[in-house]
Amino acid sequence: MNLGTSLTVAAKELMVVRRKKSIIYSIIVLPLLVSVAFSLYINQAAAAASGIPSDISLGLDSITYFFVVLAAVLPASIAAYSIVGEKVEKSLEPLLATPVTDGEILLGKSIAAFVPPMLAAWAGASIFMADTDFATHDLLSYYYFPNWTSGVMLLLLAPLAAIFSIEMAVIASSRVSDVRAANQIGGLTFIPFMAVFLAEATSLIALSIVNLLIISGVVLVVDLALFFLSAATFRREEILTKWR
Amino acid sequence: MIEAENLTRKFGDLTAVDNLTLRVDEGEVFGFLGPNGAGKTTTVRMLCCLISKTSGSARVGNYDIGSQEDAPKIRKIVGLVPDNVGLYESLTAYENLDYYGKLYKRTQAQRKERIEYFLKLLGLWEKKDAMAGTFSKGMKQKLAIARALIHDPRILFMDEPTANLDPESAKTVRDFILELKKEKKTIFLNTHNLDEAQRICDRIAILNTRLMSVGTPDELERSVRGTTTVIQLRRVNDAILDALKRLQVRNMVREDRKLMVEVVDPEEENPAIVHAIDAAGGEVVSVSVVGSTLEDAYLRLVRERRE
Repeated sequence: MNLGTSLTVAAKELMVVRRKKSIIYSIIVLPLLVSVAFSLYINQAAAAASGIPSDISLGLDSITYFFVVLAAVLPASIAAYSIVGEKVEKSLEPLLATPVTDGEILLGKSIAAFVPPMLAAWAGASIFMADTDFATHDLLSYYYFPNWTSGVMLLLLAPLAAIFSIEMAVIASSRVSDVRAANQIGGLTFIPFMAVFLAEATSLIALSIVNLLIISGVVLVVDLALFFLSAATFRREEILTKWR
Repeated sequence: MIEAENLTRKFGDLTAVDNLTLRVDEGEVFGFLGPNGAGKTTTVRMLCCLISKTSGSARVGNYDIGSQEDAPKIRKIVGLVPDNVGLYESLTAYENLDYYGKLYKRTQAQRKERIEYFLKLLGLWEKKDAMAGTFSKGMKQKLAIARALIHDPRILFMDEPTANLDPESAKTVRDFILELKKEKKTIFLNTHNLDEAQRICDRIAILNTRLMSVGTPDELERSVRGTTTVIQLRRVNDAILDALKRLQVRNMVREDRKLMVEVVDPEEENPAIVHAIDAAGGEVVSVSVVGSTLEDAYLRLVRERRE
């Protein structure tokens, strides 16, 4: 496996994606919108809290967790486009006729689907956290962010969620011949992460560090299983003889 | 350069390629003729190590297509123009070629030189910054050929390169293949265009799941026994027809004042036919001999397989 080759594939994918305005907008706008909306909410809540710190800190972790949900949603559109798009343009066969290995192609496409959405999610989360610190410092007398909980969420669980989303999109891409259909199927990957969000909102679970590590562990195991499945799906022979 | 022995590929119960044995020499333009579903694309895919074989063996440039180790080496020395051009439509012509140059590990200078050479040669240089999606079919096909040649491969596999092209674009592609022939590239050309095969191929194989025949276009034409003698008469009457029937000619067909008679040896049989017509009071205007064509050979071989 040659990382340089995968980066060449990734660079090409990003060049194509850059020209697909709808994908770019969805990746940039959604995290930005979420961060601005939550920042406004926090600013308002801080103004109304009248010096009751517990009111203000309540819900900050669940809002941060929302960026994990975003990390599970955003990569699907690039991953689906980069594979089903090639299927539609029938450009996979000449690509597969080059000395590039299946793994290098898959890794390149995964890098392209992983990097922009993760950067966008982290950027959105950073805006939210900076604004929150600014708005709540006087009430809390300390900066709420960064903390270990947000660290586990954004640096461990969010990337694992993004990988989950990419692998699901690869598997879905082998079964559909339409970018929108693959996008929709890939987009469903947010459901398990949203379920955790709702479970926390209804006090079924707490987003403690221990719980987050357990969830991350589960997602890691699922990611590993999906890795082997997606690698088995993305093989020359399979693509040319079985993909619809 | 390419050698296959009993090469077979099955998809479940369906045999797509059955015991194919052939040899393609270096610098040869080898035509692979066959109807749709004959196994031409499957053969090319096996030889390019895109799909595996079920049984048999094949070597491409002395590398074994069945070896995991040799597969990348084969892909380095071959170029493929698939039946669907498969360009990145939202990338420019230049970017399409540059991407492939990078995948084949060519330096920036090499890529620049090759891209400029091919785009100028194929009349696409002015369009180098235009999105491939805006190109006509002919332009796309030319770009796909340039892409397959960007790494200077020893063997070029072309799958129906002129299918769906207008006559002018098809001619450009054919002329380009003849240029490549001068550069001593080995070209494996899948086609069902008999005229094209006859014009540009050194040898032709006819495939219909199994290899039906292989040879030069002339050899294949000669492989169909029998020619037709066409006799134009001033008039045709029953006495002439009876006289020819008495000669026991095979497959006589009458078209107004023209008689077409199947003969095996025209030099031996035609004088007797003309003499019989003359003796029956007929007046011969002209006599011509129509030989068998590559089309005759192709159709006969394909029908034989069907029957």
